[in-house]
Amino acid sequence: MNHSAERSVTTYLTGFVLAVILTAIPFTLVWGGFLSGMAVYAVIAVAAILQVLVHLVFFLHLDLKSTPAENLFFLGFAAVLIFIMVGGSLWIMTDLHHRMM
Amino acid sequence: MTETAMATDLLEEEEQKSLQSREFGFWVYLMTDAIIFALLFATYVVLSKNSAAGPTSKDVFDLRHTAGETALLLISSLTFGMATIAMARGLSGRVLMWLVVTALLGFAFLAMELAEFQGMIAKGAGPDVSGFLTAFFTLVGTHGLHVSFGTLGILVMIVQIPLKGLTPPVRSRLLRLGLFWHFLDIVWIGIFSVVYLPGVM
Amino acid sequence: MLGRLTVDALPFYSWVAMGGAAVTVGGGVAVFLLITYLRAWKVLWTDWLTSVDHKKIGIMYVVLSLVMLVRGFVDALMMRAQQAVSLNSEGYLPPEHFEQIFSSHGTIMIFFVAMPFLTGLINIVVPQQIGARDVAFPFLNSVSLWLTASGAGLVLISLVVGKFSQAGWTGYPPYSGIEYSPGVGVDYWLWALITSGVGSTLAGINFIVTIFKNRCPGMTFMRMPMFTWTALCASILIAFAFPGLTVVAGQLALDRTLGFHFFTNGDGGNMMMFANLLWIWGHPEVYILILPAFGIFSEVVATFSRKRLFGYTSLVYATACIALLSFTVWLHHFFTMGSSSNVNAVFGIATMIIAVPTGVKIFDWLFTMYRGRIEFHPAMVFTIGFMVTFVIGGVTGVLLALPPADYLMHNSTFLVAHFHNMLIPGALFGYFAGMNYWFPKAFGFKLDVKWGIRSFWFWFIGFYLAFMPLYVLGFLGMSRRMEHYADPTWQPYLVVAALGALCVLCGIACIAIQLYVSAKNWGSARDITGDPWNGRTLEWATSSPPAPYNFAVLPQVGDIDAFHEMKIRGTAYQVPERYEDIVMPKNSALGPVLGVLAFVLGFAMIWYIWWLAALCLVLSLVCVGIRSFDDETDVILPAAEVARTEKARLAQITPDDLHDMRDFLPVGPASGEILPGRA
Repeated sequence: MNHSAERSVTTYLTGFVLAVILTAIPFTLVWGGFLSGMAVYAVIAVAAILQVLVHLVFFLHLDLKSTPAENLFFLGFAAVLIFIMVGGSLWIMTDLHHRMM
Repeated sequence: MTETAMATDLLEEEEQKSLQSREFGFWVYLMTDAIIFALLFATYVVLSKNSAAGPTSKDVFDLRHTAGETALLLISSLTFGMATIAMARGLSGRVLMWLVVTALLGFAFLAMELAEFQGMIAKGAGPDVSGFLTAFFTLVGTHGLHVSFGTLGILVMIVQIPLKGLTPPVRSRLLRLGLFWHFLDIVWIGIFSVVYLPGVM
Repeated sequence: MLGRLTVDALPFYSWVAMGGAAVTVGGGVAVFLLITYLRAWKVLWTDWLTSVDHKKIGIMYVVLSLVMLVRGFVDALMMRAQQAVSLNSEGYLPPEHFEQIFSSHGTIMIFFVAMPFLTGLINIVVPQQIGARDVAFPFLNSVSLWLTASGAGLVLISLVVGKFSQAGWTGYPPYSGIEYSPGVGVDYWLWALITSGVGSTLAGINFIVTIFKNRCPGMTFMRMPMFTWTALCASILIAFAFPGLTVVAGQLALDRTLGFHFFTNGDGGNMMMFANLLWIWGHPEVYILILPAFGIFSEVVATFSRKRLFGYTSLVYATACIALLSFTVWLHHFFTMGSSSNVNAVFGIATMIIAVPTGVKIFDWLFTMYRGRIEFHPAMVFTIGFMVTFVIGGVTGVLLALPPADYLMHNSTFLVAHFHNMLIPGALFGYFAGMNYWFPKAFGFKLDVKWGIRSFWFWFIGFYLAFMPLYVLGFLGMSRRMEHYADPTWQPYLVVAALGALCVLCGIACIAIQLYVSAKNWGSARDITGDPWNGRTLEWATSSPPAPYNFAVLPQVGDIDAFHEMKIRGTAYQVPERYEDIVMPKNSALGPVLGVLAFVLGFAMIWYIWWLAALCLVLSLVCVGIRSFDDETDVILPAAEVARTEKARLAQITPDDLHDMRDFLPVGPASGEILPGRA
């Protein structure tokens, strides 16, 4: 977007380093088998969500002040819909799965 | 001011407005694309255990390979960012250099993905074997298809920049392509977190 | 070389199929000859097919929709005729034909009648309502039109080459899978959906950006006309729901073409996922069809009651609520799939909640009419017919939203009656109202009122005759889509329903006559001011038909009913101090070219002609690439020419043509809010 003309190298490097760390954590956990059960899933999920945020902020330069409101609106709307669609689908299908077993 | 100059001004003003609309429209398009990926993810999760006596995710996934692909995409996001910075400073030579690097990383990623697919098919784990493999190939393949289109777009820009210079439409196109490229990296986070990492556990 | 396409694909195997093919080919040839006879090819190509003008694209959408309405209605007539006679007999249609007919009827009515009709009306009206010169992306608009047209072309050609799907318009697997439907029918259905679906997604994005970015000065969101609001909400639904259709249709196509296992019976497929994904798109789709019609009713009811729309703000919020809620109810289409009572209860309650904002709207329209000076123009008559009829459909909908009741009614003709009861009054009556209302804006002369009223009565009575018996038949236990039956008590109802269909046929004939009569007498019904109904919103400020640029000077808006306000203040029809150059988009042949490529691509995929499919794909990419190099897509219309056009327009308008606005001047202390009624 043209509103943040002075995007510096450091922004991208910060984002890159954070992304590398947030990728390394789940990979090491799974690789080394350090944790087990739900804990691993939880760490993977948290690291993934954090990394998505890192990408949005440092690579796509989203912030609440300079990004146009309509772009944020549609991002939020898409997030809500993804939650409804994916969450709903998984709820419906796992519920059905249990009843079919 | 002469009449032609006024006309050019008017055209430029309209162009500016139109480019802003394009950037917003492209953003909305990306959101709709995110819905496509979300539904493919949902399908994958529903079908991921349905290996139908065929190979399971543990048999076919190789985390080292995935780590390599992840690294390539992540670095390519950084190099595309460098191209964007160079563009903001008006250095078209630098922009070209970083775009070439990004395209090479894109090709490398695609090569790795194709090698993975080919290896799986050779081992009898093609997409027509089970629900799990169908969903896997479709989700990861759709991402790969997007990366191919992105790489194609980068090649088009590599041709356009020397021909046209960093004109406002070219800059706008490059910004939109950058959004697309970073978006694909975000989707990849989902792929390794939902497909590969749980798949080998 | 030609995949599975052989001579056997031609319909020489049955009289019914040959008849359908003959009508399709004959119609095509007749249109071709007519255009040639009129020497209109060049005009057609330069002024229409390659045009990127939103008004012309809108008109082409509506023409496509009306042509497909006739095709889809012939299907309906054939089904009603079959069921009226097929008690304990085969009737006149063999099962495989009957199945193709109900499949194509649903597919055509949803995708190629309703969708293009509403997209066309939005195209013609919304840019003018928001005081814009065109949509945000005029070229993309042309591409959307041609993708929709190519999808319609695939459905039409399936009558001539090969067969159409026999799996119903929803195409549930495993029946629609390759194992049970090995022919090309389901592929025709899939590729028609995919091409037109992509076109619709692009159109939705285009309208979103148009409404967000191209509003004229002063037009805040809460001053947008109601039709623009509903168009915005419908466009957001299109952009975010159609990806679901693309995904599910793509997955079924992969299953069928490459042997994947998304929805197969064995090998780890899950056919329930198809129903889930289809209705994630399918339920918002219902509101995509209905919301714009709600917008039309809002405009029409205010104009022909001569009052400001009652409860504008509540209508806006109700529309937004419906748009969001429509994404939360999709499971009610498959309650009987066997989910647990918790799941069914959540989706049942969510469904019932949607009735609340819809009820709010009905009350707003009624209160708008209350103490208004109602004029029974065809547009208004369709609106009143809608309000009466739609409420019945809403009540049966709430009934179906109860999971236990749904278990009894699922897949019966009660359901068929219910959704026709939503879509015919709720969507089609709205589009007809819109056609009667905005026709003078698009063509410069009014539609004949007498034939308009006749078309309404035939549609209205025909609807009740055709669908009320289906409610009863549903209670009597009749399933939908029956080719023949053995229960003699059903037949009287089915005969009445067939009579209803004939009545609707008369309604369609009346619309044709209305168009013919109006075109013949166009000189005496000309709309000189551009404001034939004393309208309230900005589209009536332009000339009829509007100049290519709509507004010579972009209007400044300070109120909800912007043009009404201008007329009261006497600022309408004023000559501006000076005219300015206007930037206009250039026509482009790439739109129709991409449409043809999409059509051939779909055809090649259906018949497994891989080289042709690959060729079309590469050529499409080349077209897009060529377009991306073209930075000179605009031309300048000089101020002198704009001044000439505008002066010619204003010179025609005499003071006698203008509406008397004295009745609308505010009286009493409630300045302007309440208009004087006839107390």
